[in-house]
Amino acid sequence: MTAIVLFMAGIAAIAGWWLSQQRLAAKPWLEEGVVGDFPGGSSMSLPAAKIGLGVFLAVVGSLFALFISAYSMRMQLIDWRSLPVPGLVWFNTGVLIVSSGALQWAQVSAHRGDSENVLTGLLASGVSAVVFLIGQLLVWQQLNTGGYFLAANPANAFFYLITSVHGLHLLGGLVALSRTIVKAWRGVEISRLRLSVELCTMYWHFLLLVWLILLALLTGWADDFVTICRQLLT
Amino acid sequence: MVDVPSDVLAGIPPAEVGEVDLYHPRSWWTRYVFSQDAKVIAVQYAITAMAIGMVALVLSWLMRLQLGFPGTFSFIDPSQYLQFITMHGMIMVIYLLTALFLGGFGNYLIPLMVGARDMVFPYANMLSYWIYLLAVLVLVATFFVPGGPTGAGWTLYPPQAILSGSPGQEAGIIMMLLSLILFIIGFTMGGLNYVVTVLQGRTRGMTLMRLPLTVWGIFTATVMALLAFPALFVASVMMLFDRLLGTSFFMPTLVEMGQLGKYGGGSPLLFQHLFWFFGHPEVYIVALPAFGIVSDLISTHARKNIFGYRMMVWAIVGIGAMSFVVWAHHMYVSGMNPKFGFFFATTTLIIAIPTAIKVYNWILTLWRGDIHLTIPMLFALAFIITFVNGGLTGLFLGNVVVDVPLSDTMFVVAHFHMVMGVAPIMVVFGAIYHWYPKVTGRMLNETLGRFHFWVTFLGAYAIFFPMHYLGLLGVPRRYHDIGGTAFVPASAHDLNAFMSIAALIVGFAQLVFVFNMIWSLFKGKEAGGNPWNATTLEWQTPQTPPAHGNWGKELPVVYRWAYDYSVPGAARDFIPQNEPPASLTPKGAHP
Ligand code: HEM
Ligand SMILES: [Cu+2]
Repeated sequence: MTAIVLFMAGIAAIAGWWLSQQRLAAKPWLEEGVVGDFPGGSSMSLPAAKIGLGVFLAVVGSLFALFISAYSMRMQLIDWRSLPVPGLVWFNTGVLIVSSGALQWAQVSAHRGDSENVLTGLLASGVSAVVFLIGQLLVWQQLNTGGYFLAANPANAFFYLITSVHGLHLLGGLVALSRTIVKAWRGVEISRLRLSVELCTMYWHFLLLVWLILLALLTGWADDFVTICRQLLT
Repeated sequence: MVDVPSDVLAGIPPAEVGEVDLYHPRSWWTRYVFSQDAKVIAVQYAITAMAIGMVALVLSWLMRLQLGFPGTFSFIDPSQYLQFITMHGMIMVIYLLTALFLGGFGNYLIPLMVGARDMVFPYANMLSYWIYLLAVLVLVATFFVPGGPTGAGWTLYPPQAILSGSPGQEAGIIMMLLSLILFIIGFTMGGLNYVVTVLQGRTRGMTLMRLPLTVWGIFTATVMALLAFPALFVASVMMLFDRLLGTSFFMPTLVEMGQLGKYGGGSPLLFQHLFWFFGHPEVYIVALPAFGIVSDLISTHARKNIFGYRMMVWAIVGIGAMSFVVWAHHMYVSGMNPKFGFFFATTTLIIAIPTAIKVYNWILTLWRGDIHLTIPMLFALAFIITFVNGGLTGLFLGNVVVDVPLSDTMFVVAHFHMVMGVAPIMVVFGAIYHWYPKVTGRMLNETLGRFHFWVTFLGAYAIFFPMHYLGLLGVPRRYHDIGGTAFVPASAHDLNAFMSIAALIVGFAQLVFVFNMIWSLFKGKEAGGNPWNATTLEWQTPQTPPAHGNWGKELPVVYRWAYDYSVPGAARDFIPQNEPPASLTPKGAHP
């Protein structure tokens, strides 16, 4: 359960930092009258949707941290046989990076007010995300034909489970992305598009980060990394 | 309320989040059924939760009938008994209490108490309810599928949960897991709303430290639930894989009926870690809203400011954070490194400190208060008593040496019914008597209410107090029939019969309560806007019940904390949060 405990510690640090800015030591019973510190004032000027997405990412983060915890606990049992990661996975990773990059580009263009590039960026990102998902399905197929069935070994089961949970999250993101694309296509004013593009970008970067961590886990790099850390500590 | 001349407000920044684009319903369907108004959603949540709660209540009758009069009711066989306890426990904890506190009270009170027009994402809020309803329907459907509902205990421990021989192994367990997954998805949609509304939707002047403790409790509990439910989600998905696709995440190698099963090598302990990583915070997800609400009830009905408001807030946050590092105290008997046992026992006992602080503060709030023994106050007092009672036995069980012999006895059942069964239910009732006038515009009937209170409170003690004693005798939990066990004296059977009769009477009193809620809707006394003379914003709405959008043209402005009761020198014994201080009131105007 180390992964989830570390994740929670991170959340606690963020929450603690935020709370420390909230005058929790104030004596409200003495403070009658107008206080300047409330939404719209200084502390919280982000749009609600961004904060909402931030909280949602914390939830998704805890979901993946728990999968990782379960993975590392189950891995220690004797029946675990790691499975070879097909080369296609590396290609998919590249495609996902492109997808994230395209969205970043769309976001920058949105800030510049360049609506044509926004649309191109969004489309490129959407297409590459779809390619990524198809690629992941092909990886499954390769593994299956190679005899690495879901129920044959817990390592296989985790591989299918974790990649599908990640893929489903990307699929959900694609729904939001395609709505943004439709809006951009219809020529909605760029100032009204900016927030949607920013939200998509945030989500995509997050999923890319999660994917890179998962990749390290599934290929066994995380394992080596942990042993190196242990050795350094002792 | 006072008219504040506009120049007085000149120094206040404009309410940027004030004029949200309110969704306006166009038809009867979108107004009352597929409504996006948090108040309607709240009522939908509450009614659904209470309806499924009645099912759990009936199940508890059946269990008590079996325990009190073993052998008399031939229609309750051992596997049915297991199904009853499982469904009873699961419904009570998740589908009733969690849904009612967060989906019901959270939806109703958060926007009103922070001075918002609605939740920030009304559409997701509506979806949240409908997914919850679907989860409930799937749960109810398990009673009718072949093999019936699962009988694995509300903890759903593998391997037995999915092995043949456990009741409900065919379809019951699958639907149970699906229903939980749905519940979690639905809850997450609502939970994002509650959190972001508290963060972003507060009206001008509503600093965090001016929030009523109810909002603090619900807010912290929601944050915890958002982070803890994923553990149940992961556990449920993995168990579904084990059951449906034949993986072995949790399932060890097993020999069943002399044959080697299809599973191999999995770890049941892994499930327990995941389950309790959710399960322990869950206790506080139910408790923190109760703590918050009870603080407000006590303060309002004792006409006194809450003692140690800051400490109360810190304690809520502290308990919320701490409760993520104690989960393994549920696993003392499952086997673990003794050092871990020590760690978890210590953290468990440390949590008792902020909890005790809260209890002291409630008592000090009552001390020399102008206590009105209204029904909400009675329930709040009953909560404190039951909670202290259950908390003390919890300190026993938090110690590894004490827990090991008492584990899986009726002592544990008595303990957790006291802390997380009876105590939060007391708050639920108190809160309903308190806020019903706001929701409907009418008071609940007083005589029926007092009858309901005394029967429920004394009855709950009659059921659960003797149960501690049975546990000390060694009567095990989750047993259909203890039969002629030598160490259980005959008197214990009489006690069991007594407890069962008490349970039937308590159950009957709940029907009186339901009747009261329906009857008062039409015949209750008109309540007016603020029948309890309370300070918090929800009582200051221009209409009662509050209209769509909650406030009239302008959002309220908050000038003070939520507990200005019996302020020396004030004209009345309460000052609403949106009443400007005397220095801001123009000459001649009288508050
Ligand atoms: C009139 C009220 C109630 C009565 C008479 C009652 C009775 C019972 C009984 C007889 C059992 C089974 C004991 C056993 O054989 O192991 C039980 C289990 C349980 N009850 Fe209640 N109960 C009541 C209310 C509640 C409430 C309000 C909660 C909410 C938290 C609750 C939560 C549970 C849980 C979690 C279990 C354990 C289920 C399991 O072992 O899997 N009960 N209750
Ligand atoms: Cu616990």
